[in-house]
Amino acid sequence: MVRGRLPGAAGLSRRGLLKGAGAAAFGLGSLAALDLPFFDVPGAQQNPLDCRARDLSASQKELVISNWPGYIDPMKKPTSTFSVFQDQTGIRVDYNDDINDNSEFYGSVKNQLGSCQAIEIDMMVLTDWMAARMISLGWVQPLTADRVPNLRQNLIKPLQGKQWDPQLQYHAPWQSGLTGIAYNASKIGEVKSFTDLLDNPDYKGRVTLLSEMRDTMGFMLKVVGADPSNFTEDEWANALDRLRGAVSSGQIRSFTGNNYTQDLAAGNIVACEAWSGDVIQLQFANPNIKFVTPEEGLSLWSDNMLVPNGATHQANAEKWIDYYYDPEVAAKLAAWVNYICPVEGAQQAMEKIDPSLVDNALIFPDDETLSVTFDFMPLDDRQQIQYEGEWSDVSGG
Amino acid sequence: MSETVRRRGRVGYLLLLPALLWLGVFFVIPFYSLMATSLYDPGGSDFRGYRMAWAWGNYSEVVHAYWPELVRSLVYGAVATLLCLVLGYVLAYAIAFKAGRWKNLMLVLVVAPFFTSFLIRTLSWKLILADDGFVVNTLQAAHLLGADGRLLATPVAVIAGLTYNFLPYMVLPLYASLDKIDHLLIEASGDLYANPFVGFFKVTWPLSLPGVVSGTLLTFIPAAGDFINVKLLGSPNQRMIGNVIESQFTDANNYPAAAALSVVLMAIIVAIVLVYVRRAGTEELL
Repeated sequence: MVRGRLPGAAGLSRRGLLKGAGAAAFGLGSLAALDLPFFDVPGAQQNPLDCRARDLSASQKELVISNWPGYIDPMKKPTSTFSVFQDQTGIRVDYNDDINDNSEFYGSVKNQLGSCQAIEIDMMVLTDWMAARMISLGWVQPLTADRVPNLRQNLIKPLQGKQWDPQLQYHAPWQSGLTGIAYNASKIGEVKSFTDLLDNPDYKGRVTLLSEMRDTMGFMLKVVGADPSNFTEDEWANALDRLRGAVSSGQIRSFTGNNYTQDLAAGNIVACEAWSGDVIQLQFANPNIKFVTPEEGLSLWSDNMLVPNGATHQANAEKWIDYYYDPEVAAKLAAWVNYICPVEGAQQAMEKIDPSLVDNALIFPDDETLSVTFDFMPLDDRQQIQYEGEWSDVSGG
Repeated sequence: MSETVRRRGRVGYLLLLPALLWLGVFFVIPFYSLMATSLYDPGGSDFRGYRMAWAWGNYSEVVHAYWPELVRSLVYGAVATLLCLVLGYVLAYAIAFKAGRWKNLMLVLVVAPFFTSFLIRTLSWKLILADDGFVVNTLQAAHLLGADGRLLATPVAVIAGLTYNFLPYMVLPLYASLDKIDHLLIEASGDLYANPFVGFFKVTWPLSLPGVVSGTLLTFIPAAGDFINVKLLGSPNQRMIGNVIESQFTDANNYPAAAALSVVLMAIIVAIVLVYVRRAGTEELL
């Protein structure tokens, strides 16, 4: 094809080649994105009924689960709840502990679920606010009510009637936890409230808060006298100002994920906002670490089982949910994972499994503890962008 | 004759092809998409989708909101680069001229930290600089730090982390250009009555400039865009632009703002690099 070209055309053809390569690259890109020329992105909201896959549960005895680490009893042990489920039902469970962060997981499934494609997972476990967002995006399949009778019967009261799924149509809590305050009793006296954390000059630069917006801002809203489950934009601004003051004065050292446990153990901080489950772990090594219920209350959160659009083993997933809402199974699991058990009746069942745990308030919190818990209101998409942006400007993201 | 030219030309293009395709797929397309995203309608969201609106206002908005973080990133990056240059130059000089048979071992030691993960290395600085650790205790005993003073969650810790993490990128190019210098030239400067200092500034330093330029670029560019060191060693008051971009992308899902900030950062760095390389190409840099 180049044969007949005039001598001296080499320079031209080099440019031509560069152009050609560029055009080819753009061609590839437009094939990938399908929308030319500016990669417009269509809305990601779907109708779950349109994105339903045929349920193959009857012929394929399989179930693919994505969950957080440390949330199941030993899978190899023949008497564990996990092994018993497989033996009883004949379903082979492909269990992955590959969720470490709600936002990260969202980013990894957004393209598929946002365009009605399957993610090859039958069940995912996400924290309340992310579960709420995915449900409102229409990415979650409704559960078949008569296949999960135990869930409707045995879910503990404080977890019922969530604003984002009051009828339990889409979600089933897997494990729950409390957010409160932890402090080192060998360094300071008892910390009673978040107001104290924000203002007490004795702790200056030795306090951390959690980097999850809803955890920390729930308490900040309480501090300024607002209700986290129903607040206005002005109240939000007040709460954020209160926090901003404490950050710029140097009172708050940093905003952390789980790594506050190292700082508390190493003595870099004396008090912090903390998750109950972590504190149980810390106490084994250092009995001076205490967990307190702040005057503002406690935030009770759950990680929830959801069946994503396009799942091909929904009936198997529902069997799993119903199995874990049997009080005895739940108690057996709770004895292993040490989080708050969301199943009514598990406390009584625990008598037979491990009597020492029956009265553990961080697994089976008493009514008094549960009466001071609060919830964060669901945010719509624009509020999410605005509030998360403003939050990370203060917390340093 | 024209036949050989053409054949040589064609081989050249063939050799270029893999790199061109690679860049096309992994640089041009993402960059195009980033540019497009930065101009999306700022009222969009994952729910509604995003539409191209040529919203140049995204740029002025993010620059207005985040210029302190931009400036801070450039300052931290520059300070860390300078520290790397001082530390790295001495080290590279020692390896090139004084290490003798230990040369290869020392080079391996410079690269050795890469065998562990970036995160682990940064986290270990947390232990070293801990409030109850020996560094802080020693500084307090020497009254260089107040009794309540600390290093973690201060600019010192962040810049120290940046300096540590990017030092090898400085040392290797410096070593490469110092090692190439002909010793006879340095000896000649002595023969011409230059004392060792004059000899260094008239001979060694100018000949090592290519290493200085590439070393400083390889250090400054990633250091200015880094967000891990602030996350692990700093506090919100040390927030850098990389942290803003990360949280706008992953937590707030404000893609147009995050993309506009990325483009601004890229433009600033390209401008700095262009000016710098131009000046470094002449004697002006000295």
